[in-house]
Amino acid sequence: MAVIDHDAELAKAGANVHGWFGGLLFFVRRYPLGAIGAVIMVLFLATALFADQITAFDPLTTNARISLAPPGGEHVLGADFMGRDVFSRIVYGARISLAVAVGATSLGCIIGVTIGLMSGFFGGWFDLLVQRLMDIMQSLPLLVMALVMAASLGPSLPNTIIAIAIPLVPNVARIIRSNTLSLREMPFVEAARAIGMSEARIAFVHVLPNTLAPLIVLATAQLGSAILVESSLAFLGLGVPEPHPSWGRMLSESAAEYVRTAPWLVIFPGVAISSVVFGTNLFGDAIRDILDPRQRI
Amino acid sequence: MGAYIVRRLLLMFVTLIGMSILIFVMLRLVPGNITDIIFDSAGFVNPAAKKKIEKQLGLDQPIAVQYITWIGGLMRGDLGYAYVSEKPAIEEILPRIPVTAKLALLALVFSTMFGVPLGVLSAVRQNTWLDYVLRVISLSGLSLPSFWLGLLILMAFVHFLGWIPIYRSDTGSIWQEFVLLSIPAAAVGFRSSALVMRLTRSSMLEVLRQDYIRTARAKGASETAVNYDHALRNAVLPVVTIIGIEAAFLIGGLIVTETVFNIPGVARFLVEAIRWRDYPIVQNLVMFIAIIVVFVNFLIDMMYAVLDPRIKYEE
Repeated sequence: MAVIDHDAELAKAGANVHGWFGGLLFFVRRYPLGAIGAVIMVLFLATALFADQITAFDPLTTNARISLAPPGGEHVLGADFMGRDVFSRIVYGARISLAVAVGATSLGCIIGVTIGLMSGFFGGWFDLLVQRLMDIMQSLPLLVMALVMAASLGPSLPNTIIAIAIPLVPNVARIIRSNTLSLREMPFVEAARAIGMSEARIAFVHVLPNTLAPLIVLATAQLGSAILVESSLAFLGLGVPEPHPSWGRMLSESAAEYVRTAPWLVIFPGVAISSVVFGTNLFGDAIRDILDPRQRI
Repeated sequence: MGAYIVRRLLLMFVTLIGMSILIFVMLRLVPGNITDIIFDSAGFVNPAAKKKIEKQLGLDQPIAVQYITWIGGLMRGDLGYAYVSEKPAIEEILPRIPVTAKLALLALVFSTMFGVPLGVLSAVRQNTWLDYVLRVISLSGLSLPSFWLGLLILMAFVHFLGWIPIYRSDTGSIWQEFVLLSIPAAAVGFRSSALVMRLTRSSMLEVLRQDYIRTARAKGASETAVNYDHALRNAVLPVVTIIGIEAAFLIGGLIVTETVFNIPGVARFLVEAIRWRDYPIVQNLVMFIAIIVVFVNFLIDMMYAVLDPRIKYEE
């Protein structure tokens, strides 16, 4: 073993980090991959928010004259069969992906946290019932569950969000429950009870904040998988309906036929999905290393 | 141990009953059934004719009666009749299973073959450039939608070889079928190999930090002996779990991949049946998937009991 360089060790551990800029700089140095992920996520967010300013063409306007126009010239990424600008559709598609990622993840987390907290806190028959229900929900793969939910709710943006959020609930509920179980025995909970605090207040004000770290780790990890499931649903024709420009649907329209004749219709939407999911995964890994260093998958 | 097995089996049974109720109710939540779809596409609705068909399909009965009819049939091995083809559901489902099973098996072999060795390599060479490259590759495996990967593979074949590897059942030779199936299997398996690789890596790193590894090093065991005899054997247990769970959860990737490669398997059939609201097919297939998942979980737990003597089952 080499001699330990104290200053280097301290810098690595994040000592002497001041202010938000210093914190940012530390994050970039310590987690370069996570920083790349964060940049991708910011770009994705900006694309979704400023879609109107970014594109010159309307994503829904059809124009038969440019049907299947190859990339280049006025239409940077070409046009689809109906003569819609692919670049605009990808830019506006970011809105759908963002809505689904944020919507499904937060909905799943809110329901999961409530269930997990109550289940861990109250225990007894309620806990038993909830655990069995979670077992049942986890005995189907995420996509199958989302498929059946999406089909039974009908195609629309809110329904797609619900269909993806519900299968996420068991993961969240499980983690929150197991954390609650150990937190429940902590002295500070006993103290809160001793001064006559209500159970609900203890649960939400004292226990919940202590489960935030694993929750954030799980939620960032779910963002990417929500986007992937949305694109799979759309690809199979059971996601957000026409005329919304969903990335997955753009691939299902083109699919196998355009692999031969119009490869740009297959390549670009896939690049959009993959890079955004890749970004959230990179960022999620860094977040996990920071907040939950013991759990490294 | 015996009591533990019995308890687990009981729990399995409860889960499956719950699943059957959940899926049954979920499918019937929406207003509208196959008769609506048929009559919508026909353009005009004759209420009497619609009633007649609903009666034939048993859709006019209360939902509880419909459920009991289904479960009762299931116990006797009678899955009911498919709405669309009007054939017995079992005749529609069974012939489609082998090709999906082969595909899943190949994908699993693929993911184990690449995932485990690369994960070990990544852990043993932690924080080297090789580790970084492997980690980025595995993370990209979790980021590419498998249907897109499938489309890219198709594209590569068209451009560089000039033919499309579309599956045909009448290939003649086993070797040809193997080649045609291993291409979509790679598209499905990439994701799970990435998962296996990440888990193998973290599991290896966890074990390499243990005291008995330091002891092994201290007594002068070679680096190879430490990594492969001492560490890998202990790290492999969680990996076995994830491979088992992936085996059951591969179906998600299979659904889209069978659609891309036009493979007439059971996963693609599920989507078609969902689109048509072909309840007998959907509910039986979903139950089938749930049974596999629950059973695999059971097997994994049993294997744990055998492989890891530290786990005790008295309560």
